[in-house]
Order: sequence, then structure tokens, then C-alpha cells
Amino acid sequence: MTDAVLTTDELAVTYTGNREVEALKGVSLEFPENQLTAIIGPSGCGKSTLLKSLNRLHEIQPNVDIAGNVVLGDQSIYNTDEPTPELRKRIGYVPQTPTALPLSIYENVAYGLKIHGEYDSKAELDDQVEHYLRKVNLWDEVEDRLETPGAELSTGQIQRLCLARSLAVEPEVLLCDEVTSALDPISAEQVEATLEELKAEYTIVMVTHSMDQAKRLADTVVFLYLGELVETNDTQSFFENPQHERTQEFVKGHTAVEYADTESESDANAGEPVAPNR
Amino acid sequence: MDRYAKQRLFSALAKGSAALVVAVMILVVAVTIVRGGVVFLTDPAIAFTPPGSRYMLEGDGGFLHAVLGSVFIVGPATLVSMTLAVSTAIYLQSDYSSERFSDVVNMFLNVLWGTPPIVYGVFVLTVIIAVGAQTSLFFGIVAIAIFQYPIMTRYTDEALRSAPDTVREATYGLGATRFETAIMTVRAALPGVIAGVIMGFARGIGDAATVLFTAGRSTNMPGGLFEPSTTLPVLIFDQAMSFNAEVRSHAYAAAFVLIVVVLGLILASKILAGRYARYTPGGRHS
Repeated sequence: MTDAVLTTDELAVTYTGNREVEALKGVSLEFPENQLTAIIGPSGCGKSTLLKSLNRLHEIQPNVDIAGNVVLGDQSIYNTDEPTPELRKRIGYVPQTPTALPLSIYENVAYGLKIHGEYDSKAELDDQVEHYLRKVNLWDEVEDRLETPGAELSTGQIQRLCLARSLAVEPEVLLCDEVTSALDPISAEQVEATLEELKAEYTIVMVTHSMDQAKRLADTVVFLYLGELVETNDTQSFFENPQHERTQEFVKGHTAVEYADTESESDANAGEPVAPNR
Repeated sequence: MDRYAKQRLFSALAKGSAALVVAVMILVVAVTIVRGGVVFLTDPAIAFTPPGSRYMLEGDGGFLHAVLGSVFIVGPATLVSMTLAVSTAIYLQSDYSSERFSDVVNMFLNVLWGTPPIVYGVFVLTVIIAVGAQTSLFFGIVAIAIFQYPIMTRYTDEALRSAPDTVREATYGLGATRFETAIMTVRAALPGVIAGVIMGFARGIGDAATVLFTAGRSTNMPGGLFEPSTTLPVLIFDQAMSFNAEVRSHAYAAAFVLIVVVLGLILASKILAGRYARYTPGGRHS
């Protein structure tokens, strides 16, 4: 296993809204470099919470308490004076719902480069935009309409646009929140293929509902249950030889669990964690 | 009465009331446009000619002073109010303010929205008296801006509220600052924001009560920022009260100008909003 680029240390997140919900209860993990790590588990078990707390994205919603730490390379994410936007630049995030910024296709990809001032000339910007659109296999589909609104693309294309947009700021880690769950099977396949290519170059952490997807894509699997880390292992061992009893049940019964999980997870109002229906 | 009879009765009532309201509105607009249009189109010069010295009595000259007064008062007022309103709405909707604070502010804005405009007029009048000034273009601008502010803020706030959260997540996820994210949210809500600004402008240009005590009922061309002035709605009232039949007919011409401007603005906002709606996720709410 390669070096861990991102680690969490006893990370705990509590929502302190009307009802207090402990979404994460002290999770310590290592995310290995240039691998794809899949976070799986039933709805409401803290998958999205874990993902968002890796780059402090949960801080944009009110009533969240956090304890523990996240370390990127050798830098702490939480105990630092570095402005949060600089941290988020290094740890990119692709939301679950494919969202085009209200800009042209070109400007969607150029946006990150522009806000971080990371180009010297228009020509360089053009090159970068093309480079990243090619990287997500979208260039051929959009090269003759770069100036049209991003929102006019199909949902699957928008999701690949989102990937290109996130990659353009060259993050060290890319967080993907169920990036295929809103897509039709063909688009989902295209996005998966893109992720497959990207994982050689990037450290990717992906939340997924689909165990099959985890099996296909992930190098490492993390299994969360009710805010606790149950088991983490390389994909093959995880599925073929699960150590923990709860994992064995989940792996065996995942068809039934997934069926109950069709509703999308929203941790903003993470209510009662849903137990697998068995 | 069986279920289907109830349904038919309800649908007849709903259609009837909708037809009544629409008919009345069409009537108002049509009467103004037809009656005013006849006067205006026979002699369009009256809207572009300064008033004579005895305009209100004899109808010499035209009412350019009020047209310009409207432009000079409502234009700057809209700019000021728009800046304040959009900033406030960003503040309320973004992560700068707590949800509870936003709710309280919104309640006050709703109250302000419902406040009769004459109250703003009297309020600014007391300020004018307190500082020993006279009615002027400047205080007209202030009064109209105060009047427009809650309208524009509520519209913008609602528009920002309807912008999807994922836009914020996506921009933050790219390492954007709060300010950059706020700008992106406004862009995502632009059709609604434009609609709000145009609504504020339309309400401002059509209001008489706020201007009455603050800019005055001047019958001269606007002379300067601190000189008395007037606007079309106030002028229309004065014209309609005139003893001179010709001046009274001018009231329709002035109303025609006003309603054409307002309709034009609403049309412009629809076109603009439609253009930007293409860019908004889920789009088309022009």
C-alpha cells in the first residue's frame, strides 16, 4: 500500500440542530495516495458527513460541531491558519447532484483557474480547459459549443463537466459524493470509466450506495455503520473475506439494503440512521 | 351535490374570478392606452416640451419637467436601492448571517413593504424640516429609494433562496471564498434578481405619495439636485384637477407615457431574465 496522503484522527461530527445527532463517532482512517477509496454503508450512517468534513465543507451549514482532526500530507486541516478556501483548493469536492455553474461550458472549467489566478494568458487558459475536458472524455462532445451554457448539457455530461471543473484546480485529493446516483445507467458508466482513468493520477475518495460500483472501482473500501468505522480493507479482501460480523451481513444482504436505500441521502437533516432492513 | 358537481362548481368559480380580474386589468390598461394614446399621438411634442409659465392654468408648453423629474429621481433611486437590496439579500441568504436573524429581518421587510408610501413621504418630510432644507430632487431620490428597498430586497431574497444549494457547494468545493460564492449564487438567481429590480423600478416610477412631500409639485424644469422637482404621477394628479380642459386631457397623455414605460420595462425584464435563465440549473423561470 502506498503512503497515505490524507488521514483522519478520531474525527467526530455532531449536528446540534433541533435534535442532537452524532453523525460521526471518532473515525480514524487513512486514504492512500493515487488510489480510489470507496465509502459504503447504509443511509444516514455518516458517509456524506465524513466526506464533507474532509475539506470542511460541512462548515457552510449551521449547527455542526466537530472534534478530532484531518491531516493532508503533513498539514492539519482543522488546526491551521491557512484560509479554508486554500484547503478546499487542495481537496476538491464534486457534489451528488450534477450542477453546472451558471456560466458557459468553457467558463465552468475555467472558473477555478480564474479565482485562483492560475494562468498567464488566454491561450494558456484555452489549453487548460481543453486538457481537462479531454481528461473527462467530454471534449469531443462539446468542442464546437464551448460558449453555450453549461446547464444545457445532459445530466451525465454535466457530471463530467463537474469533474473537469474540479480537476482544473489540480486538487491533491478529489472527494466524490455519489457522483453517479443521479445519472442514467449509460451516463453512469461513462462517469465510472472516467473515474477509472483518473484514479491512477489522483487520490479519490468516493461515497457510493452501490456495492457493485465499489467492487468495480475501488482499491480500498471503508464501511461505516451508524457513524462508526466498522471495517476497512483492500477491495478484494473486503468483499471476499470480510472480518467483521456486521460487514459479512452487509456484504451478503446488500441487495436488500440497497433496495431500501433508493432515496438519496442528505446529511444536512440526517435524522435517525437507517438500519439495514433485515 | 355529487363530487363531480362540486368539481364543476369550483372550476366555474375559479375561472370566473380569474376572468373578472384579468378583464378589469385589461380594461384599465386599454382605457389608459387608448385615451392617452389619442392625446399623445396627436401631439407627441407635449411630452418633450418644457412647461410654459402658466402651464397648469392654460396648458401652454408640455410636461417635459415631470418626465425628466421621473427619470432623475427614479433612476438614481433605483441604482442606490438595488445596490443596498442585493447586498442585504446576499447577507441574509449567505453564510454571513444566522437563519433566525434572516427571519426577523425578513419580517420587518415585509412590514415595510406593506407600509403605505405616504408614510415614507411624511418621514422624509420630517427629516427635511429637521435639517431646515426644502423639497428637492435629492429628497425625492431618498424617499423613492427607501420605498423601493424592501420590495427589491424581498424579491432578491426569494430569488437567492430558490437558487440550488449545490451551486454553493460546488463553488466552495473549488476553493471559492464566501464573496465569490455569493456572486455565483446571484448569477444563478439572476432572472429573479432582475425581475425584482425591475419591479422596484416600476413601483418607484409609478408612485406619487412618496414624491409629493419630498420632491414637491414643481411646475418648472428640474434645476439641480437641491431644487424642487416633480414626477409624472404627481403631475397626473395636478393635471387631472386642473380647470383647463386641455391640461386635463394631458393627464391621459402623461398616464400613457407612464404605462408604456412600465410595460416596456416589464417586457425588457422578461427578455433579460429569459436570456439568463438558460444558464441557471434547472432553468426557465423567467
